[in-house]
Amino acid sequence: MNGLQLYWRFTVVNIRAEMLYPSPFVLRLTSQFFVTIIEFGGLWALFARFHHIRGWTFAQVALFYAIAALSFAIADALSRGFEWVGPLLIKTGNFDRILLRPRSTALQIVGRDIQLSSLGRFLQGVVVLCVAVWLLKPDWGVTQWLILAWGGAGGVALFFGLQMLEGVLAFWTTEALEVVNLLTYGGEAAAQYPLNIYAAWFRKVLIYFVPIGCSLYFPVALVLGRGAPDVPPWLALLTPASGFAFLLLALGAWRIGIRHYTSTGS
Amino acid sequence: MNAAALPFLSVLRARFTLMLQYRAAAWAGVATQFWFGAIRVLILVAFYEGAGKQPLNLAQVVTYIWLGQAFLAMLPWAPDAEIAAAVESGNVGYERLRPVDTYLLWFARALAWRVANTSLRVGPVFVLAGLLLPLTQMAEWRWRLPPDLSAASLFCVSIAFTALLSSAITVLLNIVTTAVRTPRAAYFLMGFTNFFSGLVVPLALMPGWAQGFLLWQPFAGLADIPFRIYSGALSGAMAMQGLASQALWVVLLVLIGRVWLERVMARIDMQGS
Repeated sequence: MNGLQLYWRFTVVNIRAEMLYPSPFVLRLTSQFFVTIIEFGGLWALFARFHHIRGWTFAQVALFYAIAALSFAIADALSRGFEWVGPLLIKTGNFDRILLRPRSTALQIVGRDIQLSSLGRFLQGVVVLCVAVWLLKPDWGVTQWLILAWGGAGGVALFFGLQMLEGVLAFWTTEALEVVNLLTYGGEAAAQYPLNIYAAWFRKVLIYFVPIGCSLYFPVALVLGRGAPDVPPWLALLTPASGFAFLLLALGAWRIGIRHYTSTGS
Repeated sequence: MNAAALPFLSVLRARFTLMLQYRAAAWAGVATQFWFGAIRVLILVAFYEGAGKQPLNLAQVVTYIWLGQAFLAMLPWAPDAEIAAAVESGNVGYERLRPVDTYLLWFARALAWRVANTSLRVGPVFVLAGLLLPLTQMAEWRWRLPPDLSAASLFCVSIAFTALLSSAITVLLNIVTTAVRTPRAAYFLMGFTNFFSGLVVPLALMPGWAQGFLLWQPFAGLADIPFRIYSGALSGAMAMQGLASQALWVVLLVLIGRVWLERVMARIDMQGS
């Protein structure tokens, strides 16, 4: 069985486990959809009053909002396992069992917990995307959709990498560090708006330090025909690669973390 | 001291001591709240750029956001965790055996939780946003003090109502949890709480036609009313209306909670053996 097949197995087991208790699952999913869609109502209320934000319209911001929500939801569903590395695996000594199995450790962690209830957030993203497309009435071809998907994929890789770093830190702290949420949830919140509305220092953080802006701002701005003036289109197309680079770095850090690991169990 | 009040006072004290033990969690919370506050301030600053006159000026909105972050723990997002656990284990039946009023006990627990949690966070967020931020180039985006003494004192009254209102809603969430036997149902309310308390968007910035409704719905008293009173945006007769709305909902929700709790407890099913 190769990695991909194994992951598929994990997915099936996770779905089956959720379906044993369908009503709590449906409750979680719908409440997540509900909570996030109401937040989108807040965006609408702000635009009803102010009409635009630094020249961006409601429909345009909704597109940023949708791509950020979709990529965050996908990454959240896939990477939630890392959040529990510290409290559930390292502290208890159970991580030893994972090391004993002749499979990739990261894959086992990811497969342990596939958060299907993130579908609620994902559905919110779909609804917002529909609103954006309906209002924009764009004449996009396949290229534009591909650019959006590519940006979104970079975003998924980046959010996944961030969550993975929380797992890496657990090798030293053995705790789930809420501080990482600043970057994941905070990053999503920031990327819901086009980056050029922010103060310069914050923009730089989001481009060079945690490159959320690279994946979720430049490509979307390019599709909307309002690319950042100092960034040529070819560069805007390249920027989502930074999300994957970040993911590779996180994987490297994960390896270092494992080498550092000493068992705490009995 | 009235002997009947003793159990509730000891619950208050025990809860407070417990909360104070989790200082690390509180610090993480403070960092999170400062960071999210900063993002929200940056967004609203961008919206205000070039906008005409608004119901709240920029300084008031910025302070409003910082207050929202500082008093975040006031919001009744979830039922009392221990009671929710007792519902799932069946131990909630013991509540019937205690020789004290269950509603009052639950209310005191909720109040202690809200007050302890909030009081741990207000100070640090104020130090960051009110004292340190002015030392940087972003002094404009700081947490400002109330404009005058009357706003400050009305705010104190209003935030006390907020604590009561929040506790009344928490007890209602406990009751729902007991009735349907899962805490999950309560999470549906979270979206409403955030939106209608003004946490997502200050209520004053919502469309003008909705303002009357927004002031008199129960969630406004959780954040929006005290925060607007703080910055002087609600003053005089309007401030009194805000306080009246809060008081009205506290009374109403406590009454509903009392009757409902009686009903739920009368036909409680105990899980477990």
